[in-house]
Amino acid sequence: MTQFNMPTVGEQLRENGISRRAFLKFCGLLASSMALAPSMIPKLAEALEKATRPSVIWLSFQECTGCAESITRAHSPSLEGLIFDTISLDYQHTLQAAAGEAAEQARDEAMQANYGKYVLIVDGSIPLGNAGYSTIAGVSNLDMLKQVAKGAAAIIALGTCAAYGGLPQANPNPTGAVAVADIIKDKPIINVPGCPPIPVVITGVIAHFLAFGLPALDHLGRPKAFYGQNIHDRCYRRPFYERGLFAETFDDEGAKQGWCLYKLGCKGPITYNACATTKWNDGTSFPIESGHGCIGCSEPGFWDFGGLYNPVSLPSSLSSQHVVFATGIGVAAGVAIAALNKQAKQQAKQTREPVNVDQLNREVQL
Amino acid sequence: MSDVLFLQWVKGPLFSIAVMIFVIGVVLRLAEILSLGRAKNLAVPKGNPSLGGWREIGRRFKVDQGTFQQNKITVIAGYVFHVGLFIVMFLLAAHIALIKHSLGVSWPNLPTPVVDMAAVLSMLALVVLLIDRLSQPVKRFLSRRNDYLVWVATFLPLLTGYMTYHHLWLSPQWLLGLHILSVEALLVLFPFSKLMHTFTLFLSRWYNGASMGLRGVKS
Amino acid sequence: MSELSLERGINTLKAQIDAPIASFFSSCVSCGMCASACSFYTENPEPRYTPIYKLEPMRRVWEQNFTLLGKLKVKLGIAKPVTDEMLSQWQELVYNTCSLCGRCSLICPVGNDITYMIRKLREGMVASGHVPEGLVGASTRAVKIGSPMGIKLPALQAQVKHIEKATNMQVPFDLEGAEYLLMLSSMEIMNYPEYLEAVGKILTNAGKTWTLSSECFEATNSGIQIGSSDIAKELVSRVVNAAEKLKVKTVISPECGHAYTALRWEGPNLIGRPYSFAAKHIVEVLDELREQGLLPTEGMEDAKLTFHDPCQLVRRGGVVQQPRNLLKLVASNFVEMTDHGTLNWCCGAGGGVSANEDANEVKMKAFQRKKKQLDELKVDTLVTACANCRIQLEEGLEENQMDLPVVGLTELIAEHLVERNTINEESRHD
Repeated sequence: MTQFNMPTVGEQLRENGISRRAFLKFCGLLASSMALAPSMIPKLAEALEKATRPSVIWLSFQECTGCAESITRAHSPSLEGLIFDTISLDYQHTLQAAAGEAAEQARDEAMQANYGKYVLIVDGSIPLGNAGYSTIAGVSNLDMLKQVAKGAAAIIALGTCAAYGGLPQANPNPTGAVAVADIIKDKPIINVPGCPPIPVVITGVIAHFLAFGLPALDHLGRPKAFYGQNIHDRCYRRPFYERGLFAETFDDEGAKQGWCLYKLGCKGPITYNACATTKWNDGTSFPIESGHGCIGCSEPGFWDFGGLYNPVSLPSSLSSQHVVFATGIGVAAGVAIAALNKQAKQQAKQTREPVNVDQLNREVQL
Repeated sequence: MSDVLFLQWVKGPLFSIAVMIFVIGVVLRLAEILSLGRAKNLAVPKGNPSLGGWREIGRRFKVDQGTFQQNKITVIAGYVFHVGLFIVMFLLAAHIALIKHSLGVSWPNLPTPVVDMAAVLSMLALVVLLIDRLSQPVKRFLSRRNDYLVWVATFLPLLTGYMTYHHLWLSPQWLLGLHILSVEALLVLFPFSKLMHTFTLFLSRWYNGASMGLRGVKS
Repeated sequence: MSELSLERGINTLKAQIDAPIASFFSSCVSCGMCASACSFYTENPEPRYTPIYKLEPMRRVWEQNFTLLGKLKVKLGIAKPVTDEMLSQWQELVYNTCSLCGRCSLICPVGNDITYMIRKLREGMVASGHVPEGLVGASTRAVKIGSPMGIKLPALQAQVKHIEKATNMQVPFDLEGAEYLLMLSSMEIMNYPEYLEAVGKILTNAGKTWTLSSECFEATNSGIQIGSSDIAKELVSRVVNAAEKLKVKTVISPECGHAYTALRWEGPNLIGRPYSFAAKHIVEVLDELREQGLLPTEGMEDAKLTFHDPCQLVRRGGVVQQPRNLLKLVASNFVEMTDHGTLNWCCGAGGGVSANEDANEVKMKAFQRKKKQLDELKVDTLVTACANCRIQLEEGLEENQMDLPVVGLTELIAEHLVERNTINEESRHD
């Protein structure tokens, strides 16, 4: 599989029968999803055309394959898929034909041949608890990540598990799951979170990396081009939020009228992703459009935001039991403090001596 | 600390702790006050004390003309602030959801921009009241640290709430977290500061009104 | 018995603090509106005259003894203690510039009864010996001689003889089983003997039995003013004993505000039991007679007149409508001040201020508030129902060169009284 004399992306596309016109159209789509100016489309096309087909090693740790599903099951046959095809995917459990030692050997070979140049894609989190929680060919996830990361030009942490720990890290985090960035500190890491990420975002990030190198990242390591917009700010149901019209249940009149899903737990207000603009399934819709609130899957710790169906504003651990409990303590402490106060006052009353005018006169004459 | 960890922390354990301190503190303070008791009045009543108590609880929302003329800023800004704060606290959908979650009761909410405007007016009124407090000789003379601390503690939740809604300056997680944190500061401070007047003013009005009722004083 | 001391003062304050006081201090938000309710502040705008500030010693005692945070402050040594220096500074605020008029208690938006607290703070001032000389003198004379102005029974008897001679009316002393026991204030005996004559005429004319007591004729209570429940109890007990000895149905409190408060509201609590008789202000009695048709009058005053509500009657006694009912009987041109009834402004001399020489200057300043009210109206006559208010009003009017007669309500009614015997005879003739 390893290619020593790598063709460019352009060559690869033409070999697959993609016309120049279709290619430019794809570049336009990419550019718009990355919020690039139209003038950048030819530059993107040119850069992509000339980019060398990179070697990619894809490591899957504590994951569900949803991220791979997302990209491979993208509206097919698509240009995104084809772009994906243009990279030299030298190691990927699910997709590669080889198995067992042959597969591991392919990885070793790819690493040696492209040392310092290959791209590492990781999906899934890394357990720091018992190493046996997740191993590949007898090697712990931690060791394999460190080993492969050493020779990588850059790392794409694909999906929320690899980017931020995701579901495995959710409270109580039994495996001690961490994100790639928690372990690897000396390589550029692009976080592409989402559960799963939007397919075009994945290919867009790869395209950007091929054409222009590392994209600009936000404070959470996400490409600003795709994760710069707040779902709530871009939501077509926002006017209902402003008017204070909320669906209270999933089948009430409000839900049928398409009112805001805030009260049903929509995490749009604290979520940054391209869903509301790029949408899913070939631009068909996104979750809120299908009547379900955003679950905030591109944000760190989204599983522990206090319940998928609880509004953002709800406290995550407070319950009425706390209030009852606190009232109990308050009453108990109150009884004690009341007794002290009563005693102090009683004592003052008992020790108070009556005043007479003679005392007053002596005082005034002093 | 990342904004998300911060938000989870303030929304989770810290909020529970703050609410518990608030509840314990308020119950404790009320016990502290009520335990001091009140001697039974042996004078033959001219009117009904509890009727007087309830009447004064209501009547003191009104200001007589002469007093109003001399305290326009205090009265108007005071009203705008309190009504605004009430609207923000109890009529924003997000806050109602919180109350429903912890107490199990809920009521209809107002449109968000209305609440937003109430927050702005409330903040403006607070600023006016602060300037008034600093410039009026009597108010400045009476004010102690407690008064200014309470001002800050009340202003911050309004400001952070406003910033959260408008996505100003920081990520929504930071802002929501800071907003919740400022509310927690308010909750913790509440029982041990002048904020306690929220509850005790009804006691005070009742006690004073009961004395008026007993004496047959109708205002 | 030990001498008065700071320690005794603080201990007394601790004994005074109750749930209402704790609630009042917890509720104050330093809005300063009580200042605008107080004529001592409005006519002399120094921030320290703000009513709630006058309670600072008591607030500290409350905070440091009865709140968790205050106790903690004491433990940490950061609590500001109440000292003798502080209390002697506060004497001016607690006695000279507060007439216990209750206006701040009515205005306070959170409902604090500031007056109630000042009254109690005075207990602590007494126990710590920080009291004005004038009030000590009045209290001493009240306890030892029987009247704060030092009037003894013979002086009253002389007045009575004078009245009996002039009117042909019998003024009974110690009449057992009488319906009314008439109490007086020294001011009335000394300055307004017309009052006794007027009440006597009205009660006799109404066919009521009434009496004076030779054992106790003084209704005023210096103990209430100086703020000593011990002295107040001693003084009110004398009234109660006299009334119960004579088995009267009703004791009539004279035209004096705080005497009414002392007898009507504080008395039963001071002696620790309800009375076996009723206690009423003369204005209440007169209005009852009016209702029963026993107060026939003739003729109307044409002069434009207004009524000064004594604070203790309106704000602390609920007597608002009665004087107005009575005035309507005899006045055709009765006008109200802008703030009247429960909102009326104090004359500036109640609550012991008039007996306190230290307050002479400031009470005249406080009178300016009343002057403003009167200037607005331009009346010919000022009526009131409190001898203490009346003296202050007369003094204030004179000092401000205002030519305005001040009349007692009871006297005004008596002037228009029609003899019921005449009416009865006339109706028989018809």
